[in-house]
Amino acid sequence: MSSPIPRLVLGRLGIAAITLLIVSVVVFGATQMLPGDVAEILLGQSATPEAVAGLRKAMNLDQPAIMQYGSWLWGLLRGDLGTSYANSMPVADLIGGRLVNTLRLGAVTAAIAVPLALSLGIATAMYRGTAFDRAVNACIIAVISVPEFMIATLAVLVFAVWLKWLPALSVNSDIDSITQMLRVFAMPVITLLCVICAQMIRMTRAAMISVLDSPYVEMALLKGASRSRMVLRHALPNAVGPIVNAVALSLSYLVGGVIIVETVFNYPGIARLMVDSVATRDLPLIQGCAMIFCIGYLILITVADLIAILSNPRLR
Amino acid sequence: MAVSFPTPRRLGYRLNWTGALAALVVLFWALTAIIGPWFMPHDPGEIVDFDFFGPITDQLWLGSDYLGRDMFSRILMGARYTVGISLAAVVLACASGVILGMTAAVSGGWFDTVLSRLFDALNSIPSKLFGLVMVAAVGSSIPVLILVLAVIYLPGAFRFARALAVNINTMDYVTVARARGERTPYLIMNEILPNMTGPVLADVGLRFVFIVLLLSGLSFLGLGVQPPYADWGSLVRENIGGLPFAAPAVIMPSLAIATLTISVNLLIDNLPTKIRDRSE
Repeated sequence: MSSPIPRLVLGRLGIAAITLLIVSVVVFGATQMLPGDVAEILLGQSATPEAVAGLRKAMNLDQPAIMQYGSWLWGLLRGDLGTSYANSMPVADLIGGRLVNTLRLGAVTAAIAVPLALSLGIATAMYRGTAFDRAVNACIIAVISVPEFMIATLAVLVFAVWLKWLPALSVNSDIDSITQMLRVFAMPVITLLCVICAQMIRMTRAAMISVLDSPYVEMALLKGASRSRMVLRHALPNAVGPIVNAVALSLSYLVGGVIIVETVFNYPGIARLMVDSVATRDLPLIQGCAMIFCIGYLILITVADLIAILSNPRLR
Repeated sequence: MAVSFPTPRRLGYRLNWTGALAALVVLFWALTAIIGPWFMPHDPGEIVDFDFFGPITDQLWLGSDYLGRDMFSRILMGARYTVGISLAAVVLACASGVILGMTAAVSGGWFDTVLSRLFDALNSIPSKLFGLVMVAAVGSSIPVLILVLAVIYLPGAFRFARALAVNINTMDYVTVARARGERTPYLIMNEILPNMTGPVLADVGLRFVFIVLLLSGLSFLGLGVQPPYADWGSLVRENIGGLPFAAPAVIMPSLAIATLTISVNLLIDNLPTKIRDRSE
């Protein structure tokens, strides 16, 4: 009997590719809904009809939408994201440095969040129903029910206004020492940590509890295994798949969180670039940023799904 | 297995005290959204204080904002925008999602496949990003906001309703109804829907929280409700300059959002299992 895993994995990757195609249609289509003509907007009110017509031709705006979409998609595949309307620089150049900043922020957050959330998640599952578990759960409900900008403002209020430990803004330009780096990253990372950890702890706890409730774990308990042995030796190996799945899914919340956090703390990342470009209606830049975010998000949820498939022993 | 539809005789549900408290807060904000603006001590656009970011006084119950306008009146008015827009969006999203979900589950075939695939794809666009792109493209107005929020949360409502309806669809009474020759609209409205009302209502509540959060987030980024109108998210954005002074103008609207969303979440969590449980 051949294993169904390659077929499932290929199927999942195929779905991801189709999804990406639909996403690109949505992102491109949304920008086509813009009222008015881009060439007229760019040239302003005093433009002559000839100049507008010339620019329309130069920007391929006179072609049907499907052709424009085709050339945009072809450019995207070759890594050419077009030229920004606002300052006529290639979008790829504008995004490049900013993307590194955002990825750095995400990596620092993930590096702290994953061990913290996993240990808390497993601990709350082990001591289910105790005061500790209930306290952690109450915190989680509070964090996931408020908008991210509230956690950010609360962090500013506590650490910058009342305790005066950290600056309210983070500027990434001059990092000479470790302490300076800490000061720049601290506030955005604290805010993102709250958002990500809440989701991750909740999902890890749920994944762990569903394994702990299975008959074979009860059997281990009846045999006289200690609580820690029961959890670490018997339950954990089978919970690894669901837990890694939960981790990847929670990391996808970074995408939403980072948009707010970069705006609040003035962090020079790709999300703030995008919010700024929305204000100037710089469509190629919006499209480029949106595609990058969607690709990142899609990678995370696809990885989560693939891990769920690969870690299921019944499929092996 | 079948979840029974709560008839008036059996409505003797008991809420625990957390749930009751949460229900009271939700009721309070709902009433505020409807009748609050009649009780405003000042006009929300009127400058009543020569100082900006004023403290809480007898005259200005929640201090003044960055222009010296009365915060209390502005929050009362903001309740109408936050609650109103979110409610309209959640009703739109859940009504269409549930109807499409039930239809997909009952009729199956290509309709089900195409719809499920399409909504799965829409679901893999991060919600905040989708809102950002749409608002950037068509500009921000209240009808656009309602529509965009509804579209963003439609796939989730569809998936939830479809999963419930697929289970109910295999019940004997549905098979019997089908054998009687009933058509899809009858099956949906008379056999499927009454048996999933409770879980669907709980889902509406959770989705309402998501929509309030997203709306506040968009408004906070300056892409939601536009001045001169302001929902609670816009109020936080306008007054973010008061943060270094810990002005009530920035804390109070945040508290308003938090009390609303936390209470709805707690209310749903503490609903009697009879209502909340899925018919699995």
